[in-house]
Amino acid sequence: MMLSRTPRRPSTTSLRRGSAPLTQLHTELRSGRTRGRGGAPRYNREEVLTAALFLLPALAVLGTFVFYPIISAGYISLTSWNGFSPVKEFIGFDNYVRLAQDPAFWNSLMVTVLYAFGVCVLSIASGLTVALLLDAPLRGRGFYRGIYFLPAVTSSVAAAIVWRYMLDPSGFVNSVLEGIGIDGPDWLQNRWLALGSLTLLTVWKNVGLNAILYLTALQALPDGVFEAAQIDGASFTQRIRYMTIPLLAPMTFFVVVQALITSFQSFDLVYVLTGGGPQGGTEVLGMFMYQQAFRLSDFGYGTAIAFVTLFLVLGVTLVNWRASGSGRSPLR
Amino acid sequence: MSAVLKKSTATALGRHALLIVGAALVVLPFLWMFTTSLQTRAETYSNTSIFPTSWHWENYAVAWQAAPFGQYYLNSLIMAVGIVSGHLVLDAFAAYAFARLRFPFKNAIFVLLLAALMVPTFVTIIPAYSLVAGFGWIDTYWGLIVPRLADVFGIILLRQYFVSIPSELEDAARIDGCSRIGTFFRIMVPLSMPAFATLAIFSFLFAWNDFLWPLLVTNSDELRTIQIGLAAFQGRYNTSWNYLMAGTITATVPSIIVFMFFQRALVRGIAASGLKD
Repeated sequence: MMLSRTPRRPSTTSLRRGSAPLTQLHTELRSGRTRGRGGAPRYNREEVLTAALFLLPALAVLGTFVFYPIISAGYISLTSWNGFSPVKEFIGFDNYVRLAQDPAFWNSLMVTVLYAFGVCVLSIASGLTVALLLDAPLRGRGFYRGIYFLPAVTSSVAAAIVWRYMLDPSGFVNSVLEGIGIDGPDWLQNRWLALGSLTLLTVWKNVGLNAILYLTALQALPDGVFEAAQIDGASFTQRIRYMTIPLLAPMTFFVVVQALITSFQSFDLVYVLTGGGPQGGTEVLGMFMYQQAFRLSDFGYGTAIAFVTLFLVLGVTLVNWRASGSGRSPLR
Repeated sequence: MSAVLKKSTATALGRHALLIVGAALVVLPFLWMFTTSLQTRAETYSNTSIFPTSWHWENYAVAWQAAPFGQYYLNSLIMAVGIVSGHLVLDAFAAYAFARLRFPFKNAIFVLLLAALMVPTFVTIIPAYSLVAGFGWIDTYWGLIVPRLADVFGIILLRQYFVSIPSELEDAARIDGCSRIGTFFRIMVPLSMPAFATLAIFSFLFAWNDFLWPLLVTNSDELRTIQIGLAAFQGRYNTSWNYLMAGTITATVPSIIVFMFFQRALVRGIAASGLKD
């Protein structure tokens, strides 16, 4: 979508017919940018050299530490490698076959999917609620926005340490529960409660971010339509249900993609809050990969896990994109 | 008239009430962290007040002595400064090329960069780690900084901003004899300060809070960043919650300060990242 902003080169035909706007023709002639006989664009040599010079530093870094590793990872996932030995033994798709038969992987996948689902649903709900509350000429709006955003600028390590402390059997949460006569559980020692706590921690950390995203989208909506609907007698809930939510579909898609990437990549929060436990109850894919690669020195297997994660993220995003595409609002 | 006014006041009050309840829930962990950091060890197991009741500031001194937080701070600062300057310079040059210059495979390269945004860190982290290990960069500032000197997000953010600046300004300067590099530094850079500010804050927060990569490439206290130091500190002082919370506050304060001062730029950046879609 962003690429469409690149100025389009006038076509040769329009030049010949002399219908190109004068300014375009002028720029084109001045910089000597015309199409050669073969129809291939000819570039200004000096401009291309400048571009190469400007791009080189960033592309060198990204090429070495992002693009080369992606390709290299593809190969490593087909080998048995301890990370240190100079020899990577090629074993074909054995790592992937092993994954399919590994109950720890299926557990990790199930944990990640539940976690991602919970984070998506609660991120939409919390982000949208806060945004709707803030979408009014309200005193102290900047103050609220700042407060809700605090967890997002806090490091995952710090956030997880505090939550772990608050969820301690003798911690804050249980002492509050005790006050109202409930005997609180040991939150992080039960796998379902631990996964729930991790989900809430993630949502808490991102609520400000999602609220700002939704608020931006809300403020871009045309006011007139809402006023018209109100005059026609649409109630508040009807306006939310039939207007706001459908109109916000593109932003919801963005929020969901963000939430998916966050949960499929989650590592820091899990590492500090639970370490993946109890009994693998919060061992999300990121944690599982870290264990296999860096704790058990099984780098080939670890990379295969990472690739499966990549395809899952891409697949789910694609499905989501299709789904939100069909539900795209008629007003945009 | 007055009924309408009353109704809107009531709605505003309702909004405030709900927002305050939410804000209290969001802030609670921070308050708890602060209160605990000022308690004695015995109090951390008995006290349930969320507001400070005792003021043992010496907990901070104890925490700082128990672990080299000063060194961790310095390491995080060096890494953050390196990464932020790398992003500002390298990303800006690349963004300019994508915004203004014409060269072969421009769109293909740009799409490739966009695609890289979707790739989880885990995919690249193992080969990147073995590459850095091969360079002998484990436990060095090089290993912490160089692999993250450029990032795709910054290139996209700056390109978006550059494209919005009218090119007539540059054309005029070019006609007056200014070089490409000259127009970049004299026209684009001064006009794009808001975008640079946004990128600097994003990059700083990313660097300061980053965990997995520094965890992998550092082994010694001399090179550990604040987040790694804090996680290690947690392992050792598992039950001394007051010292642990003092350390956690120590690690958190810089990002909160940066956030308070540059909130506007940060919010603008998030809004832009959502709208670009």
